Amino acid sequence: MSGAIYRQSTRRRLLAAGVFALLALLPPVLQAFGQEFYISFAARVLIFALAATSLNFIVGFGGMVAFGHAAFFGAGAYTVAVLMESGVASAAIAWPAAIVVAAVLALGIGFVSLRTRGVYFIMITLAFAQMIYYLAISMKTWGGDDGLSLAVRSTFGPLDLKNDATFYWVTLACLGLCLCLLDRITHARFGRVLQAIRENESRMEGLGYPVLGYKLLCFVIGAAMAGLAGALIANHGQLASPNLLQWTQSGTLLVMVIVGGVGALYGGAVGAVVLLLVEEVLAHYTTHWHAALGLILLLVVFRAPKGIAAWVHGLFARAEKHE
Amino acid sequence: MSEALLTIDGVSRHFGGVTALSEVSFAVGAGEVHALIGPNGAGKTTLIHQISGAQRPDAGRIVFAGEDVTALPMHARVQRGMARSWQITNVFNRLTLLDNVVLAVKGRQRDWGSGFRFWKPVDDEQALIDEARGWLTEVGLGGRERTLAGSLAHGEQRQLEVVLALATKPKLLLLDEPMAGTGPEESERMVALIEKLARHVTILLVEHDMDAVFRLADRLSVLVGGRLVCTGSPDEVRAHPEVRRAYLGEEIL
Repeated sequence: MSGAIYRQSTRRRLLAAGVFALLALLPPVLQAFGQEFYISFAARVLIFALAATSLNFIVGFGGMVAFGHAAFFGAGAYTVAVLMESGVASAAIAWPAAIVVAAVLALGIGFVSLRTRGVYFIMITLAFAQMIYYLAISMKTWGGDDGLSLAVRSTFGPLDLKNDATFYWVTLACLGLCLCLLDRITHARFGRVLQAIRENESRMEGLGYPVLGYKLLCFVIGAAMAGLAGALIANHGQLASPNLLQWTQSGTLLVMVIVGGVGALYGGAVGAVVLLLVEEVLAHYTTHWHAALGLILLLVVFRAPKGIAAWVHGLFARAEKHE
Repeated sequence: MSEALLTIDGVSRHFGGVTALSEVSFAVGAGEVHALIGPNGAGKTTLIHQISGAQRPDAGRIVFAGEDVTALPMHARVQRGMARSWQITNVFNRLTLLDNVVLAVKGRQRDWGSGFRFWKPVDDEQALIDEARGWLTEVGLGGRERTLAGSLAHGEQRQLEVVLALATKPKLLLLDEPMAGTGPEESERMVALIEKLARHVTILLVEHDMDAVFRLADRLSVLVGGRLVCTGSPDEVRAHPEVRRAYLGEEIL
């Protein structure tokens, strides 16, 4: 019994490693076809994949429907930009700082918000995120409405992040690292406790588990990863834009999670890839691409209500049954 | 009465303008089965909520094992040895019986860090599983480990409800209507189980089934309209005029 589970998860991990190897080959392949422009686009997709994955940990695994993830994404970006302004260009300092700032912010916001449930939790996380958005655009030193641009990308040891392929690989490594970490966390005791809390919160409290502490930590871990995604996105466009902090950004990330698969490890990543690819392709033909996006959302809701990742997983499971 | 394990001292609780509990005071002695009875709406479940930490009283103190726990959240009281069952079955419906009880056993490992293990996979925790099996056998649910809790019959769910509280190894067990909704046969089984448990653990029992209450209880406290009417032995309570008035027309007393 446990042997079967072990084989299954080994196979899943091998598959994931294969996908990552293929993704790592993307820059030279694009160069060979003379499509270097798309390396930068691919990096952007990976960054959003990381941001959506971090939100999915909170929403799907922690069972907390948060509508203010942009706050942590944007906080990471602004941290890198502000540090750059004051002369700190090293990624070794700025990126961990972005993670810490997002985590501390989440600790405060979560401590207050997690006392509410359901719609109230959605509204209060949204309110906190909007407060931070308005704070950012009112700060003249942070560039107000224009945001804060970065003169250069962060320095990263011997690696040159100005090179789009290098930046892409660093981003891919960040995403891979975070996914490995989340995979371990969800299979360790902490993950099981979180799952049980999602199932029945009052009973977990009644069994002696400090439920609020667990949920807060889950919220902080997700936010910290969003902070890293923010650090990457600031480097990518060499800009910390207030758009990153706006509520529509939280909404976009939430849609990515829903399309990809709430609670599935790769749900956020799959959703980000699908949404950004569709946007990229459709935007070539029409400025009304949002309408097509709406159709895709409807299709997912009706054909794959648990998201694309769960739908694909179901296909695999059926195929294995036939083996 | 032996030395008090739980002391309820002047506990009041209001909901808006409604007084649910008004300066309730009594003590539960170590080792006894103490029944809390009263007509519907007397405030029994509200009092259980104050004791277990699901709600905070507006006034008064809850003292457990010599410590004032009034300000502590529920999980902290559980860690100090006070576990409760729910009137409406509150289990993990989508988990197996074994997984249900494993969670309870794990929750008992008192160091705060036990659940915060991020790295080690959980599959190899044989000792936990063995203990959980033991608990299930203890209450007569042995052999059903792989059944989903949600698919149990009502009476069995009531048993699981009790075993979850029990597996936290409490000093004090708060049982909120453990026989609620069960048939005569299931009730009989629950009474036998509580009799067995009473040898090891102090029990505060809320129950409507008066036959069961008078069979099990060493002492009783009677709530009427949020007020404590009397506390005493079954005979004292039976003879108390105010209790007789509250239960007028009910022949059990």
